[in-house]
Amino acid sequence: MPMKKTDSPAVGETLYESVLPNGLPVFVIPKPGYRKTFAVFAANYGGADRRFVRDGAERETPAGVAHYLEHKMFDMPDGDALMALTAAGADPNAFTSEDMTAYHFECTDRFDESLRTLLSFVSEPYFTPESVDRERGIIAQEIRMVEDAPDFAVYMDLMRCLFPEGHPLRDAVAGTVDSIRDITPETLYDCHRAFYVPSNMALCVVGNADPERVERIAREVLGAEGVPAPEKLRADDGGLRPVETFAHRRMDVAAPLFMIGAKLGPAVRGPEAQRERIIAALALRCLVGRSSPFYLRQYADGLLNSTFGADVDYSAGQTVLAFDGETPGDPRRVLDALTEELTRVQREGLDRALFDRQKKASLGARIRGLMSFEGLGVSLASAHFAGFRAMDGFEVLGSLTAEDADAWLRRIDPNDFALAVVEPKEG
Amino acid sequence: MTIGLGGVIVKRVRSELLPGVFLTCLQTDKFKTGLLSVSFLTRLCREEAAQNTLIPSVLRRGTLRSPDMDALAARLDILYGARIEPVSRKLGEIQAIGFWADFVDDAFLPDGNGGLLEEVAALLGELILSPNTRGGLLLPQYVDSEREKLLEDIRARRNDRAAYARQRMLELMCVGEDYAVDVLGDEETAESIGYVALTKHYRTLLATAPVEIFYCGTAEPERAAAALRDALMTLPRGEIDYDIGTDIRMNSVEAGPRRVTEELDVAQGKLVIGWRLGDSMEDPDIPVLRVMNAVFGGCVLSKLFRNVREKLSLCYTASSGLDLMKGVLIAACGIEPDTYDQALDAILRQLDDMKAAENITPEELDGAKQALTHDLTALTDSAGALEGFWLSQNLQGLDFGPEELAALLIYVTAEDVAAAARNLECDMIYFLRGEEETSDADEED
Repeated sequence: MPMKKTDSPAVGETLYESVLPNGLPVFVIPKPGYRKTFAVFAANYGGADRRFVRDGAERETPAGVAHYLEHKMFDMPDGDALMALTAAGADPNAFTSEDMTAYHFECTDRFDESLRTLLSFVSEPYFTPESVDRERGIIAQEIRMVEDAPDFAVYMDLMRCLFPEGHPLRDAVAGTVDSIRDITPETLYDCHRAFYVPSNMALCVVGNADPERVERIAREVLGAEGVPAPEKLRADDGGLRPVETFAHRRMDVAAPLFMIGAKLGPAVRGPEAQRERIIAALALRCLVGRSSPFYLRQYADGLLNSTFGADVDYSAGQTVLAFDGETPGDPRRVLDALTEELTRVQREGLDRALFDRQKKASLGARIRGLMSFEGLGVSLASAHFAGFRAMDGFEVLGSLTAEDADAWLRRIDPNDFALAVVEPKEG
Repeated sequence: MTIGLGGVIVKRVRSELLPGVFLTCLQTDKFKTGLLSVSFLTRLCREEAAQNTLIPSVLRRGTLRSPDMDALAARLDILYGARIEPVSRKLGEIQAIGFWADFVDDAFLPDGNGGLLEEVAALLGELILSPNTRGGLLLPQYVDSEREKLLEDIRARRNDRAAYARQRMLELMCVGEDYAVDVLGDEETAESIGYVALTKHYRTLLATAPVEIFYCGTAEPERAAAALRDALMTLPRGEIDYDIGTDIRMNSVEAGPRRVTEELDVAQGKLVIGWRLGDSMEDPDIPVLRVMNAVFGGCVLSKLFRNVREKLSLCYTASSGLDLMKGVLIAACGIEPDTYDQALDAILRQLDDMKAAENITPEELDGAKQALTHDLTALTDSAGALEGFWLSQNLQGLDFGPEELAALLIYVTAEDVAAAARNLECDMIYFLRGEEETSDADEED
């Protein structure tokens, strides 16, 4: 059966897709004229997926397993996949987020060979106690590196303000030096068997590639057998109120770093999720984006600088709104200013002219996004895992009105904000 | 010249628009956005680095026609979110300051909109030539505000622990050389910048700095040149200061490497080592030196990654980088402080090994070439990467493209790499570590 083809003539892209008999979805966006090709093989499994039901039994795993597994998947009985891909001229890498583990490479030559390597090493685990042990030192240094980063510290502190004990978003994706201490080959095999099944994964290719050929290689390497994915168990999110409204610590930084955030409730799935995400991004652009009156006023007054940003995250089935940056002043003044602006906009609605021009700017930003092969490839996978189609985003954006953005902003209750601060050391 | 790249015709044309103002045009229909950059070139030096960095940031605050950021933001939003950002870059001992812009290509604009290239070029010209001034002087409130933000950026450098350690190593290794200067400048010189002096410096740069302009997009080179010539027509041109460049120091300052350890409140230590390229800089063989760096620590198959990370499990990051304009090689690694001796020994041993051709395996050599070939080929798929590549080439008077450089890699032998490694002189071993008395006590939980 040929792959399904969808043209988006307005933005000059064509998407090919199909689902293999084993349940694996395959997405390909050919990019004529380019030399490089990006391929990502991703599992719908990340750092926050610590509890699940498999074969009728509930499993609980320590913080950092998904990330540890990512490191160890590169081991193959006959060598190391990272080295093999590099030797074939590809540039391979991988990342683990709260709810995705993605293995990818980019290449300008020998694509078929590298695609075969990618599909086989990710689907065939090979661990020994020695190799798992040897990785512990490397991962420990990765954890230590991240723990020294003040922006990571302020993020973790905010998550601990928002979520109650036992919620996985309170822990770093990579875990801690302690939590990874007892990870064994058995734990890793267990999680691989559970989550790395074709129906719980996605293969996305963007670039100089032939869609039918990609599909054929995937069929050849992966086999036809499909197994159902396990049920992920979600932890109690404690409702919309934060557990704590304020956290602070001192680190070696020059000026305070802050993160202000709120839970907006469970994340929806499907086309509705896509609409909600695009509305949220546009509403935030109008409220606090680079050309919003709020940001420009605070920038001119010196309270905010260009490190300021806002984002909504949908990890672990949660909707989390966060504003972050650095301020030479008191971060509580940022919280006050933000609360005041949000309350005003909730009362008066967004300026219609502002909304219209932000919508134009969003379209430009989306078109720009199509040129990042990695960004596009990963967004195809994450959209699929959230139950919607990434390329529909242009149409959704075109249909949005200022009332949609107003309604979304009115969902936020400033009383639910928590503030996390990293302050300079005294003296 | 016209070259075929994977079926896409790319035309590269270089021309002089005005005295000392050079335009490099790369015409291609591969990208959905156009890119424009304007760089004023000046000497990187301690006294002026902060002023230079500040100028585009102050200019970006407002023009005669759009007097503040609100007005500018509204104009850019309507141009489908076109971006114009101030930039300040260090290339060897040259500082390149100006603006970088990107905008959606006409082909992807709804209902017959178009001409963004002309609009953006005109706005760039306005930012450069018609800033919001009073009595001919840059507005003091804009200068004060941007100076404070620059100071915040300078002080926040240490938030990125690895980049900070690298910069400290360079400051110490190249003390007395312009290369030691950070592109942001330092607190002391930044603090003393006033609006009158900054206006004077700005006017001098306008009149004397060579200018490199880069355009990449679908427009014919003639159209791009016309748009930019219109935008910059009133640029005052005096005697152009072409006397900028990079002083190369081939040898280490002392017979052996100098060693410095500094402290910051961090858990992981950062070990950074610097070498001079030695006699290799006499007549630098670019393919050989790039392959040498890739074999040492420039890719996953490198000696540093495979041995120091994978075999010894000492670190997560271990890599090396090369600056061919200055003739400097840098290796960096994040480690547990008590493994300092072991890690230092391991890194230096990898380098020593490389001095004999028989210690460079065919896999290492091929792997390095493959990785470099990929990087150089993939670079042609990114307008931003092409901009950086050609700016650097133009500053060095080099005319070959990334794929021509890639084609030369096959001729590099293990002996070439070993010979280049033998020329290296280790000049500085720098270690940034946690504060002694707090590093192992003080657990937070």
